[in-house]
Amino acid sequence: MSVATLIPTRGSAVLPLLRRLRRDRRAVVSLAVLLLIIAASLLAHWISPYSPTAQDVNNMLSPPSQSHWLGTDDLGRDTFTRLLYGASASLYAAFLAVAVAVSLGVPVGMLAGYAGGWIDDVISRVIDTMLSFPAIVLAIGVTGALGIGLTNAMIAVGIVFAPQLARLVRARTLVVRQELYVDAARCFGAPTAHILWRHVLPNAIQPVIVQVALLLAVSLLAEASLSFLGLGIQPPSVSWGAMLARAYLNMELAPEQMYPPGVAILVTALAFNTLGESMRTMLDPTMKRR
Amino acid sequence: MLTQASRALIGRRLLQVVPVVVLATFIVFGLIKLLPGDVAVTLAGENATDQRIAEIRHLYGLDRSFFIQYAGWAWNALHGDLSRSLLSGEPVADEIMRCFPTTLLIVALALVFSLAIGIPLGITAATKPGTWLDGSIMGLASLGVAVPNFWLAMILVATFALTYTIFPATGSVAFSANPAEALRHAILPATALAAGGIAEVARQLRSSLVEILSSQHVRTLHAKGLAPSSILWKHGLKNVSVNLLTVAGLLANRLLAATVVVEAVFAVPGMGNLIVRAAIERDFPVVQGVVFAMVVVVIAINLLVDLLASLLDPRIGRR
Repeated sequence: MSVATLIPTRGSAVLPLLRRLRRDRRAVVSLAVLLLIIAASLLAHWISPYSPTAQDVNNMLSPPSQSHWLGTDDLGRDTFTRLLYGASASLYAAFLAVAVAVSLGVPVGMLAGYAGGWIDDVISRVIDTMLSFPAIVLAIGVTGALGIGLTNAMIAVGIVFAPQLARLVRARTLVVRQELYVDAARCFGAPTAHILWRHVLPNAIQPVIVQVALLLAVSLLAEASLSFLGLGIQPPSVSWGAMLARAYLNMELAPEQMYPPGVAILVTALAFNTLGESMRTMLDPTMKRR
Repeated sequence: MLTQASRALIGRRLLQVVPVVVLATFIVFGLIKLLPGDVAVTLAGENATDQRIAEIRHLYGLDRSFFIQYAGWAWNALHGDLSRSLLSGEPVADEIMRCFPTTLLIVALALVFSLAIGIPLGITAATKPGTWLDGSIMGLASLGVAVPNFWLAMILVATFALTYTIFPATGSVAFSANPAEALRHAILPATALAAGGIAEVARQLRSSLVEILSSQHVRTLHAKGLAPSSILWKHGLKNVSVNLLTVAGLLANRLLAATVVVEAVFAVPGMGNLIVRAAIERDFPVVQGVVFAMVVVVIAINLLVDLLASLLDPRIGRR
């Protein structure tokens, strides 16, 4: 056996996980639901005959009908169409926040775990402190400072979630850097960046993937919250949270308007969570009993 | 009462909290200060002259260095002065003191609901793992974690306040003025918040109970003929009590954050409405003050949980 086969690489960490997921029925269903929602959001233009901002002034706050499957909002806009277009904004928001959290949290966590010493002490203190901030409150504060808007709001959410990932990656890095193959790479004179990228990251990435799935659900809920509060997406753009804000204003006249976006958020968050839980069970066999 | 050792432990924990609070003030101040966007420009309003912007910058001390600004703010915060709201001119500390009791009542009630309903559900699921009962409780818990709590709040308002006028739809009443009315106003927001809490408590409790109930020492207890109920109460629950305490602490933190959005649905004049309005109007002293106050509350809760845990389990913190 050559040294190369002893050293795990990136491909070996992610692919088996996906392959094994195929055997978990709940994971497959969740993945199918998510793909369906993503497809619907991308094909919104072709699925619906309406524009998300087109007003039907004769049909305001109308109940579900043949021409408007899920009814219309207070400006006479088709709710089903807005649900499709809102999906892309809500999913974009969730992925953006998680991307920010990953690109901040993963390098910082690896640095803390691999460098050790005072660097680790300082980073760990900051992580611990940031974890004691109520997440959405901090996100609201940061959004206020960055300026209102969906992208700013989700960058704020990403900043707030980064410490969770950093702590996870730090813990994994502490384990991985003791491994023989990292020692071997170091002895061959591999630069630190190479060791981190080729050896530490691939072997610390699996718990990160689990956490990413769970964070996508939390970020989706955060988008809905911030847009509902008026700090996220601004009209005339639409997201599921913005639709709920609109439905809230007309709750007495048309309470049924709040169900489509709410159910959409619930189903999507549930799918992300289920996928995350399935992967976690797969990675940690002792979780199976629980 | 307290032994020498526990007193020493409490002292040590209190000392450990100091750097955390200092770091927290630094993060609160830094995050909001270091982000792009010039507060002075915002404050001056549209069409302001450069001179006016410079005046405002000087007036609020925004032209001084970051550390001087931070030191000034932290020194005042230490003395309970969180500066004044840019909008109302009222001291931020006063606004917070006025809003906090409302938020506290809702969060406390939600915590009570979460534990009172989540614990029995978790125990039921853990004692019958793999059954349909376990399956349905855990299924409901998955829904509880994924449901947007402000949407649940809207459904509750539509059902219990608009269709059937059992509870008020909006507002709040001070607990000191009229406890019964205050509770009546807090029940719907607390219920909306508690959905996630119940789910979280049930899941965590089931998870740690199943682990203990399937361990070797519990098998031995079964073998020596101990009744299952006594195993559950004396050995199972006693062992998970520290876990449960930690979960309750984390939950209090999460409820405190989630209440911000739920308050908006009920138009409750609490901390949530205070910070949301301030964030929209870019009233940064209020934003800083509210975030800081909430962090202090969370740190205090964490400290309390730590201390209670070390009293429950003497092994903690004495190594």
